[in-house]
Amino acid sequence: MWRVGLLSGLVLVAAPAHAFIAYVSNEKSNTVSVIDTDSWTVTKTIKVGQRPRGIEFTRDGKFVMVAVGDDDTIQVIDAKTQAVVDTLPSGPDPELFTQDAAGKTLYVANENDNTVTVIDLEKRARLGDIQVGVEPEGMTISPDGKILINTSETTNMAHFIDTASRQIVANVLVDARPRFAEFKHDASELWVSSEIGGTVSIVDPQKHEVIGKVNFEIPGLRKEAIQPVGIGMTKDDKTAFVALGPANRVAVVDVATRKVTKYLLVGQRVWHMAFTPDEKYLLVTNGVSNDVSVIDVAAQKVIKTIQVGELPWGITIAP
Amino acid sequence: MIRWLLGPIGLCLAAMQALAADPVTIGVGYLGVAGTRSTLSLVEQPADNDGVAGAKLAIEDNNTTGKFLNQRFVLEERRIKEGEDVVQAATALAEHNGFVITNLPADALLKVADALRDRGTLLFNAGAIDERLREADCRANVIHSAPTRSMLADALGQYLVWKRWPRWLLVVGSHDEDKLYADALRRAATRFGAKIVQERTFEDTGGARRTDSGVTLIQRQMPVFTQQAPAYDVLVAADESEVFAAYLPYRTWDPRPVAGSAGLVPRSWDAAQDQWGATQMQNRFMKLNSRRMTALDMQAWTAVRMIGEATSRTNSGDVKKVTDFIKGPDFSVAAFKGTKLTLRDWNLQLRQPILLVDGRMVVSVSPQEGFLHQVSELDTLGYDRPESKCKLK
Repeated sequence: MWRVGLLSGLVLVAAPAHAFIAYVSNEKSNTVSVIDTDSWTVTKTIKVGQRPRGIEFTRDGKFVMVAVGDDDTIQVIDAKTQAVVDTLPSGPDPELFTQDAAGKTLYVANENDNTVTVIDLEKRARLGDIQVGVEPEGMTISPDGKILINTSETTNMAHFIDTASRQIVANVLVDARPRFAEFKHDASELWVSSEIGGTVSIVDPQKHEVIGKVNFEIPGLRKEAIQPVGIGMTKDDKTAFVALGPANRVAVVDVATRKVTKYLLVGQRVWHMAFTPDEKYLLVTNGVSNDVSVIDVAAQKVIKTIQVGELPWGITIAP
Repeated sequence: MIRWLLGPIGLCLAAMQALAADPVTIGVGYLGVAGTRSTLSLVEQPADNDGVAGAKLAIEDNNTTGKFLNQRFVLEERRIKEGEDVVQAATALAEHNGFVITNLPADALLKVADALRDRGTLLFNAGAIDERLREADCRANVIHSAPTRSMLADALGQYLVWKRWPRWLLVVGSHDEDKLYADALRRAATRFGAKIVQERTFEDTGGARRTDSGVTLIQRQMPVFTQQAPAYDVLVAADESEVFAAYLPYRTWDPRPVAGSAGLVPRSWDAAQDQWGATQMQNRFMKLNSRRMTALDMQAWTAVRMIGEATSRTNSGDVKKVTDFIKGPDFSVAAFKGTKLTLRDWNLQLRQPILLVDGRMVVSVSPQEGFLHQVSELDTLGYDRPESKCKLK
């Protein structure tokens, strides 16, 4: 205890930015839990709209945007006052969204009407819609900002959208119910998780081809329980973490060989994840057990569980 | 390894090249019976477009996907009236449709299947739950998206046993399909360790389903009908003919829950189902059809989506190619039930979780936890491979 105190005292002097703030959307309780990563406790619970899911900090770290699907809008939380201060004109039933590198444009997947809505973040105005496949869900943007990716759950495709022209330039068929997409930081590969297909498809973003797949197998667990959702990749592009839903595990994947090296047991029905900016920790949301598991990234071990609201879904950490 | 690598690559290239050309048209027929049958509850009275409305939504969904693959889906609907020749209607539909969704009684479906066998038309049984269509009378050109009676009965049985309501009072209607459902329920009781403490038959004496002074009489009849029963936990009613079951809840002599054809009912789908992303699908259906989605709608939707899934995976509208893919080991379809649905290769029955619903909410989804199976837990519902009498031909 004494040693810990001394250490944190030292850290405080040397690097005061050690503690980070994580925001977790609780789908059922219509709240957002704020977690302090120093004490690993919930410091505040913010009331938001109905069915909060997709959640992300603005690039400047000043605001947190949370999609409240059943209210057909995205709410904006001021990170300083930790209160809802504004709403964004998303289309109906927003679920996941992504923003460009400058933090000026927001792209929202609207599950109910097969569109992606484009929003100007400064003016908080809707710029237009892009027609995509049935039930758009996963959203990400290429590191150079030129290509927007949207996955459609019932069409089973990753749509490549040119951000300048807002036209679809390619469609790549992946396994059933693609839910989440993530680029490697060097932009050489796009990873797409398929919840019902039970795989992660690896797509060549230049050729628009599936060039490989990550398969999962957990002894003693039925295949149907393995439902990949959230993906997180370390900045060196060496290790990927994949949340496996009702399999209650996060798979650690060696990016080069595309093989699973380890399965980490977390809470029940693991959905999404976020790294702390120093990449020491990875926080994952467990939908059914109502908690967040903290993974020590270097040790590849679960070190902590934090109780949050009901049915935690999305998570974002201040930059 | 090689196969999945090559598949998507070929597909993507082909899709790019095809974009300029005319779209591939995939014709889907829907063959049903005209008119709807009467139910005891007015709110459960099926709409005139029950079933085909689901097919229509799936055609729209397939077309949204199809525009990226240059495929276009077209639905042709045909309902036969009493006295009309079902084979003639089916043959006419098969002229321009390689796939036909059916909602027909078992005998009519068999006639159609045999008449279209040499033509290569693939049929999807979206309506008939008869066991024999998957057993002794199974056909190689009929895929079943509808569940079977035994799947429904097993789904209910597993839940009642899980709930520790093992003593059942079984009340059976006097029509043939009621008796078949009772057979399935007896089998479920035996399989999962429940006990049928007594069986009673409710004779259909005819009469109107709706009368001006109805409730008063029913309120006197039902307690009397259910009195002097041995100790039981739950009354299980087998009344597919809609004669009495819906009258039982809250009217039994002993205060007991009702399940089977009323009360807690096993179904492939329900308007209240909102798990696993189903809300979007329910909303799409409502927007298109201005009403809520039934089990029959869902069974037709699933059948048309199976076709769409196979045409996009094979990037082809060729009936033979698509049929081979659907029957092959790599086929699966997502249908908002939390798990992929696959075909039982021995009888072409779609494996699927079954919902247990009370008319307002989804109470549970079977298979229940703890009912294990070496291949797929979905195979704890219905007749399994070793018991099957089906020889596909």
